Amino acid sequence: MVRYILKRLGLAIVTIWIVATLTFFLMNMVPGGPFLSEKAVSPKALATLEEKYGLDKPLFEQYITYMKGAVHGDFGDSLKQRGRTVMSIITTKFPVSARVGGLAVLFSFLLGVPLGCISALNRGKAGDNAIIVIATCGIAVPSFVVCTVLMYIFGVRLKWLPTLGLSTWKNYIMPIAALAFYPTAYITRLMRSSMLDVLGQDYMRTARAKGLNQFISLFKHALRNAVLPVVTYLGPLLAYTVTGSFIVEKIFTIPGLGGEFIGSITSRDYTVIMGTTIFLAALMVIMNVIVDIVYKLVDPRIKLK
Amino acid sequence: MKKRVLSILLAAVMTVSLAGGMVMSASAEEAAEGKQLSVQVGPDPETIDPALNSAVDGGNMILHSFECLLTIDQEGKIAPGQAETWETSEDGLTWTFHLRDGLKWSDGSDLTANDFVYSWRRVCDPEVAAPYAETVLGMVEGFSDAIDGNLEALGVTAVDDKTLEVKLSAPCTYFDSLAAFATLSPVQEATVEANGDAWAVDPATYVSNGPFYVSEWVPGSYIIMAKNPNYWNADAVKLGSIKWNLIEDANAAYSAYQSGEVLMIKDVPTEEIPSLDGNEEFHIEPIIGTYYLSYNITVEPFDNANVRKALNLAIDREYVANTLMQGTYTPATNYIGPGWKDTDGTDFADNANGGEPYMSATADIEGAKAALAEAGYPDGEGLPVLHYTTNDSGYHKAVAEYLQQAWKEIGVTLEVEVVEWSSFTPMRRNQEYEIARNGWVGDYSDPSNMLDILYSSNGNNDGKYNSPDFDAAMDTARTTVDPVERSAALHTAEDTLMADAGCCPLAYYNDYWLQSSKITGMWHSAYGYWHFMYADIAE
Repeated sequence: MVRYILKRLGLAIVTIWIVATLTFFLMNMVPGGPFLSEKAVSPKALATLEEKYGLDKPLFEQYITYMKGAVHGDFGDSLKQRGRTVMSIITTKFPVSARVGGLAVLFSFLLGVPLGCISALNRGKAGDNAIIVIATCGIAVPSFVVCTVLMYIFGVRLKWLPTLGLSTWKNYIMPIAALAFYPTAYITRLMRSSMLDVLGQDYMRTARAKGLNQFISLFKHALRNAVLPVVTYLGPLLAYTVTGSFIVEKIFTIPGLGGEFIGSITSRDYTVIMGTTIFLAALMVIMNVIVDIVYKLVDPRIKLK
Repeated sequence: MKKRVLSILLAAVMTVSLAGGMVMSASAEEAAEGKQLSVQVGPDPETIDPALNSAVDGGNMILHSFECLLTIDQEGKIAPGQAETWETSEDGLTWTFHLRDGLKWSDGSDLTANDFVYSWRRVCDPEVAAPYAETVLGMVEGFSDAIDGNLEALGVTAVDDKTLEVKLSAPCTYFDSLAAFATLSPVQEATVEANGDAWAVDPATYVSNGPFYVSEWVPGSYIIMAKNPNYWNADAVKLGSIKWNLIEDANAAYSAYQSGEVLMIKDVPTEEIPSLDGNEEFHIEPIIGTYYLSYNITVEPFDNANVRKALNLAIDREYVANTLMQGTYTPATNYIGPGWKDTDGTDFADNANGGEPYMSATADIEGAKAALAEAGYPDGEGLPVLHYTTNDSGYHKAVAEYLQQAWKEIGVTLEVEVVEWSSFTPMRRNQEYEIARNGWVGDYSDPSNMLDILYSSNGNNDGKYNSPDFDAAMDTARTTVDPVERSAALHTAEDTLMADAGCCPLAYYNDYWLQSSKITGMWHSAYGYWHFMYADIAE
C-alpha cells in the first residue's frame, strides 16, 4: 500500500510537470500580452515592465527560471494585479471556493445517493419516474440558467436571500444549490443504474433466497458495491468544484478562485495562469490517489499495486 | 465496516469543505459609523495605486480616496484641491501651487509639498513604469532624464512645505487639468517605500489624503471606504462610508439593484434598456470620447482618401446610435464630440467647422457612390472584399453586421472577423487588419488628448494616419502660449482629419446607469466618473 502510494505520487509529479510545461508554452504562443491595453503604454514603459518581470528574456530561459522558482514554492507576482503574489491570490481565494464547492459536493452526495437508491428500488413506478425527470433536467440545464432563475425568484422577487457576496449564511444557499444541481442529478442517475445492476446480481438473489432482512441485504451488500462508480466520480468532481466555478462566482459575486482561471487567461496574466493551472492539476492528481485508496476501503477485493 | 466506510467518505468531503473554516466574516457594514452608500462601478480594480492605474473604475475609486493639487467641480471646472491657489508665469513655463494649511494624511501625519515631489518623481520612475507618465508629466522639464532613472532631474521642487513649483519645457495651457488627474495624486513615501507595490493592496498600508480611506478590501467582493476625519473638508462629507461592490456581471448588478442591496449600478444589462425607457432612475449622460473605426492606411485601398470618404458617408449614424445602440450612444458628426473644451472654456465642438457638423448624422448614399467612383471603383467594381476586425463586447458585433449591410448599398462587400479582446489589441496596434473598431475616452478635456492619437508618430495611431498638415497644426498647438492661435491650430487639425477621412467617427460615448432617487448630492462628470464624496442618502 505504501509503495503503491509512493509510486502514484511519483507519477503525479511527472503529470504536473507535463501540464505545467504544456501550459507554459501554449500560453506564450497565444497572441497578446499582459501589458497591452486600449491606450498604448509608451514603448519605454513597456520595455521596463517586461524587463522587471523577465519577459524580455528568451522563452526557454523564462521557462527554466519559472520552473526553478516553482519547485521552491515561488510562483511569482501577478503581472496584472500589481502588489499581489500568485500564492497570496490562491491562498485567499481558494478557501472561499473550497467552502462553497465542498458543501455543494457534500449535499449532492447526501442527496444523490439516497435518491438513486429510492429510484432503483421503485423501478418503473411513479417515484422512479419523477426522480428520473428531475435528474434529467439537472443534467440538461446549464448552471447559469439555474443561477439566474434562483436569483430572480429568491433574490429579486421574494427578496428572501441576498444576491451578492458571502457575508451571512443565507448568502451560501443559492450558490450551493446552483453548484450542487448538476452533480446531484448525475450521482442520482449513476447510483440508480449501478444499484439496478447490483440488485440483479446472483449474490443478491441468494441473500434474498436465504431470507436475509431486506434492509441489511441492501445496506451491507448492495449499497457498498453500487456506490463504487459514485466514488470514482467524486474525486474529479471534488477537485473541480472546490477550485470554484467561473459562472457561479461571477453571478453571485463570490471572491473565489474560479474567476481567476478565466480572468487570468483573458488578461494574459501569465504567472496567475501557471499558478492556478498547477494548483488545479495537483489537486486533481491528489484526489485521484485518494479515490483509489477509498476504493480499497470500500471494496476489499481491490488490490492496490 | 459499513459505517466506517461511509464516515471516511464523509470525512474526506468535509475536510475539504471546511478547509477554509466556516467562520463567517463579521458583517462589514458594522465597521464604519454613519450612513453607508452601496454602489457598483465595475469589477475588482486591477490596481488602486494612483501611479499604476489606467482604468476608469480604478480611477473612480482613487478619486474618492485621494485628492490632487486641483480637482474638477460639479460644473466641470478646475477647482482648488490640496492647493488653495495657483498661478502661471507669463511665458507659461512655471506653475506654482500653494497648498492649504494643515493638510494631513489619513493616518494623521502631515502632508507637505515634498510629498508631491516624491509622488511625481515616482510616476517617472522606470522601476514603477507608470502607464500614464508621459501623458501627465511629459511636458515637465527634465522628464526625459527622469524617465531614464535620474529622478532628481524632474523640474518639480518644493520651495517650502506649502509651495510646489513646476517648471515646464514647453507651455502646456491645460496643465491645470493634469494637476487634477488621478495619476498625480500624492502618495505617502513612508508606506510606499516600506511595502513596495504591495502598499496599494492592503488597507493597513493604503494611506491616502482624500475624503475617504480604504478600510476593507475583499478582492472580488467589495471595497469599503470610510470617511477620512483628517481630510481638510471632512465637515462637508455626509456619508460614513461607501461600499464599492465589485460585481462583474451586468445581470448580477441589475439583480442587486432590484433587490435594493445596491443603490447605484453602472453595468446595466443592454437587454433591459428598452424596458427602462422613461424610468427616472435610469440616467444617460455624455462622457468625452468617440467610438470610431480605424482604416489601416498602410494597405490598399485605404491609402485612397476617396475610398475612406465613401465608406464614411454610407453610414447612417442616427440609426447606429439611436436604434442599434438603443440611444446609449449619440450619433457622431465630428471627431471631437461635445464636452471637450476649447481654449476659452467653451465647447470645442460648437466652434468646429464654423459651427457646422462635419458630417450629416444620416447616410449620404449618393455622395458615397460619387466618392467611390472618383476613387476608381464605380459601384464598387474592382474593389476587393474588405475586412472588418472587432472584439465581441457590447454592441461591437451588431455594429459590424450593420456595416456589412450599409456598405453593401454602395457595392462594397465586407467580411467580419471577431477576435478575442487580448488578441485584438496587438493586432490593431501592429496594423494586422484593414478596418478595425476603435475608441477613445478622454483623460482630460483638452482636445489635444484625442487629436494627438492621430499624430503620425503617436503610439496609439493604429491606422497610421499620416498627414503633414495635421502634424504641423498639432506642432503649433503644442508650442504656442497664445490661446487664440492654439485654438485655431487645433481646429485646423480636425478640419484636415475630417477632410481626409483619416478615421471614421461613428458615435459619441455616454455613460448610462441606474441610481436610486434616495441618493442626493452626487454628480457624474464628463470623464466618466461618479462623484459620491459629498453625497447623502435620503431616508
